[in-house]
Amino acid sequence: MKIIVCVKQVPDTNEVRIDPVKGTLVREGVPSILNPDDKHALEAALRFKDADPAARIVVLSMGPPQAEEALRECLAMGADEAILLSDRAFAGADTWATSNTLAAALRKIGDYDLVFAGRQAIDGDTAQVGPQLAERLGIPQVTYVQRIERRDGKLTVERQLEDGHEVIEVGLPCLLTAIKELNEPRYMSVGGIYDAFGEKTVAVWGLKDLGVSPDQVGLEASLTQVQRSFTPEPKGQAVRLSGTAAEMAEALVGSLAHRHVI
Amino acid sequence: MAAVVILQDKCVGCGLCAKACPFDAIDLDKGARKASINEKCTACGSCFESCKKFGAIVHGARRKAKADLSEYRGVWVYVEQRAGVVQPVAVELLGEGRRLADALGVELSGVLLGEGIEPLAREAIELGADRVFLCESPALAGYTTDGHTKALDALVRAHKPEILLFGATHIGRDLAPRLAARVDTGLTADCTKLEIDPADRKLLQTRPAFGGNVMATIVTPNNRPQMATVRPGVMKKAEAKPGRAGEIVRFDAAVGAGDLRTRVLEVVRSARPCCAIEEAEIIVSGGRGLGKPEGFELLQRLADKLGATVGSSRACVDAGWIGHERQVGQTGKTVKPRLYIACGISGAIQHLAGMSSSDLIVAINKNPDAPIFSVADYAIVGDLYEVVPALIQALDRKESLAELIASRAAA
Repeated sequence: MKIIVCVKQVPDTNEVRIDPVKGTLVREGVPSILNPDDKHALEAALRFKDADPAARIVVLSMGPPQAEEALRECLAMGADEAILLSDRAFAGADTWATSNTLAAALRKIGDYDLVFAGRQAIDGDTAQVGPQLAERLGIPQVTYVQRIERRDGKLTVERQLEDGHEVIEVGLPCLLTAIKELNEPRYMSVGGIYDAFGEKTVAVWGLKDLGVSPDQVGLEASLTQVQRSFTPEPKGQAVRLSGTAAEMAEALVGSLAHRHVI
Repeated sequence: MAAVVILQDKCVGCGLCAKACPFDAIDLDKGARKASINEKCTACGSCFESCKKFGAIVHGARRKAKADLSEYRGVWVYVEQRAGVVQPVAVELLGEGRRLADALGVELSGVLLGEGIEPLAREAIELGADRVFLCESPALAGYTTDGHTKALDALVRAHKPEILLFGATHIGRDLAPRLAARVDTGLTADCTKLEIDPADRKLLQTRPAFGGNVMATIVTPNNRPQMATVRPGVMKKAEAKPGRAGEIVRFDAAVGAGDLRTRVLEVVRSARPCCAIEEAEIIVSGGRGLGKPEGFELLQRLADKLGATVGSSRACVDAGWIGHERQVGQTGKTVKPRLYIACGISGAIQHLAGMSSSDLIVAINKNPDAPIFSVADYAIVGDLYEVVPALIQALDRKESLAELIASRAAA
């Protein structure tokens, strides 16, 4: 069984703060991490390998050269192979162009039984690349996967809904996107870390390796365009209540009633 | 061609762009006083605004439209229904779609996919649709990615809308990207604001990015339809006008059981009904400052007094104090209640992204510098374990006062 896991290195958006004076992003010291949902995707793949040691796990990422760190982390967790798609031509890709590039790589890898991705990356939060990749590959998809069982060569998976879940049967090959409810990702093992920086390597593929034309990747292939970015406008000053807890409570209830909010 | 280009002849090396860049993707050559883009660039566009003065930062080359975009006309809304019930987000989208259609001077159409759902078509018309495309088939009865993608693809190719909107629900976020890839058009996720550019009729799609730290306005210049998913709870609901006239167009998308590669074996509703926090008019929300899971019992008492729903920050959900369905914020729900009372929530940017557009915000926090106060209308610096019980008492007094007045009036 060959399993491909698509991952992304992202800035840890939890560590980002807004400078209260200038209203700009404070990006100093924001670490790059393996996208959280992707970690759950990799863990799900690793559990297939736990059950079937003959299974092979290939992690695939598109990004700048330093995204190799995230792939090393995946190798240290137990993935067998890592491929980084990195080329200046891939830069500026929207989700359409990203899924196109990943699909080209998957076709080159070939013979996959199962493709995993995280539901969404925390820097963009679009949740689009998984389904778009599945469409490019012409395979079925199940998103928001919170449970997986293998039965007679098919998968029975639970897909999370806002008010419950649905149980879905899907054949292979297919693409699943993982959410945090799916599992608890394992830590890197010492042996794994040793291997990740020893015998295992991260292959780097560029545009030429994928055999696609430059207008099918990166900015050239992107159908959406960022017209403008801005930091959200801060609100005016709050009314600061003072006094004892009882006085403040009384004042607040009075104000809210006056404004017909309660 | 790079995504973002710095015109070297205009660049003065002031470094404002490097400061604005969230990805550390702009290098500054202090000697030559020139900035340059490095490989970390994600084309997020944050730098454009910073260089307004010099105009040295521009988009790289863009490809041109392939098709005649003027063939595409009208605003469509995917009217999401589950088990024969039009979802609240669809009512919001019909309201927003109506506004956009009026701005463009075109018709608003709803798209309904399912089986035995004709009454919902009438409902969509009363909520503002001029036309409803109704696709009924046993293969469309429950939601499947394959069935609904095939039906929508056929509809889009046949009737060519210029705008197609989905709710950013677990269904919309499954369906819209798959469809966008099939019809080869751009898609913008989780929009919180939609506008029409009066100059060229383009849809301006604004969404939070980078964990809610940045807002980005995104366009799909050369492809149609312009597709977007819209965060539930953000847009204003359409009001039903009973008896409103509209057209129902039946469409046979020829979707059969053979098209479906996934099979839904069972749909399980949570044993505990979802609190539907997006629907709540008043939310009492708790954060790390509660200090212990029992703190939510106190918040529940306040919520009961106000007819409110209890919400939470991510910290409490991660700590296991309360269920994920209560989480407000970037990775939880976006809410826009009439009143949001934040108790012991410091106000991480991810949390603010999910609640800052509430009509009225009350923040209770011990720390006078907590970021939550920056979005609050009323700030109470104090211990929530003193303030919240005091609030409950104050509400009790208000109630008994109201009762007293009512009884006097009756007498």
